Amino acid sequence: MATYSTNEFKGGLKIMLDSAPCSIIENEFVRPGKGPAFSRVKIRNLKTGRVIDRTFKSGETVEAADVMETEMAYLYADGEFWHFMNEESYEQYAADETAVGDASKWLKEQDKCTVTLWNGAPLSVDPPNFVELKVADTDPGLKGDTSGGGGKPATMETGAVVRVPLFVQIDEMVKIDTRTGEYASRVKG
Amino acid sequence: MANTGTNDWPPTCSAALLHKRAELYKTIRSFFEQRSVLEVETPILSQATNADPNLASFPVGDSLYLQTSPEFPMKRLLATGSGSIYQITKSFRRSESGRFHNPEFTLLEWYRLDFGVQQLIDEVVDLLKHCFNLSLNIEVNTYSELFFNATDIDPHTAGVDELQQYASDKGSPEAVTICGRRHSDWLDYIFSQYIQPTLDKDTLYFVTDYPACMAMLAKLSDEDIPKAKRFEVYYRQLELANGYEELTDANIQRARFEADQLCRKGQGLEAVPMDQRLLAALEHGLPSCSGVALGLDRLLMSMTNASSIDEVLSFPIQRA
Repeated sequence: MATYSTNEFKGGLKIMLDSAPCSIIENEFVRPGKGPAFSRVKIRNLKTGRVIDRTFKSGETVEAADVMETEMAYLYADGEFWHFMNEESYEQYAADETAVGDASKWLKEQDKCTVTLWNGAPLSVDPPNFVELKVADTDPGLKGDTSGGGGKPATMETGAVVRVPLFVQIDEMVKIDTRTGEYASRVKG
Repeated sequence: MANTGTNDWPPTCSAALLHKRAELYKTIRSFFEQRSVLEVETPILSQATNADPNLASFPVGDSLYLQTSPEFPMKRLLATGSGSIYQITKSFRRSESGRFHNPEFTLLEWYRLDFGVQQLIDEVVDLLKHCFNLSLNIEVNTYSELFFNATDIDPHTAGVDELQQYASDKGSPEAVTICGRRHSDWLDYIFSQYIQPTLDKDTLYFVTDYPACMAMLAKLSDEDIPKAKRFEVYYRQLELANGYEELTDANIQRARFEADQLCRKGQGLEAVPMDQRLLAALEHGLPSCSGVALGLDRLLMSMTNASSIDEVLSFPIQRA
């Protein structure tokens, strides 16, 4: 079983803590006054997303988490699972609702996502930073309005609702920043 | 031409910082020259080393150690009648590496004959005013004031259980693996976790009157609850300096060293040779004095608002 010592701690390292896979956000070496040295660590629980602070005795070892971030193509959803494929190995993975979470509303077939695997099973799914989606429904806007001000809600083909400029019409393709959930631009067809 | 593929050869500090450091050393040397404090040099390699269980020395060869501070040889000079002395020197502490630590670092250490803690604090203030070249907001607090204000705990009387409970309530139940049953380690842990981060960043703090269990090489006061006559200096929430009214009693010093050795044994740490020459010097007679060690890399950090020690070092350990 792989382990890490506190002196190997750094941002991005994946460790097991309280039986959950976690990612180290930041690590600070502390040696108070004349006391014992320790590491003050900010850690994200990759299952719950919760961030906690922990201290570790200097030199203490913790179990490494078998966590891998892999780029995969989204294939389809079957109502219960979302299916992804590693395009290098052609291996397929099924992610459940907990793993996919909010990413589901941006998922379009063939898009490349980052799937985080823990012990070989999907733990979380991150959509691409930008996705191009077709507008499924929106109120017809005023012709000739090209300003960005105002805007209106539009429902995408995936079900996500995004605020778009008034000139955007049904069936048009738009580019969306999934990190903010905001409209970025129109995609020329 | 062969390409080594190595791109971490340049220094991590700016050229301006090289100048800043040179200027700082000049300021320090002229400060002590004006006060007739003698600059000395003592060995970096030593046959004995500090037994403090929380300090790890680098062993060199079969029987030598890199010094963790120049304290022991400087006290031997004081015992021969050197008068007040200072030194700018490298010190080494194994496995101390991070944003505020480098295993090799520079200390300014000085000793003043017939000074008590307050006089030495005044001198540190004078020196820092010269270094920063501006007026500083200064606060002198006792350790128990700061501790009690933040935690409602009296550090002089609180037992290990009470301290452990506090850390646990604060969300650090794992602290027991760091501190065990060691009283002073609990105090240090709580101070660094829950008090240090509350210090005002623009105030220079002098923390005085430490609990007796944290006396190290300092004298104890004669009160009913004795306090260690030492102080630490904090600026921008960072410890800059540590000073003592020096313990001169060889027997008490020997007993503290032996307690340290026992503690090392209890923690499964390797035994280190006790500095018998220091004890012999104390037996011969150390004049009444106070001494302080000031970390010059950290001082440079706070003078330049650096967020990492690498910004003030030419080549930190990763590039050394």
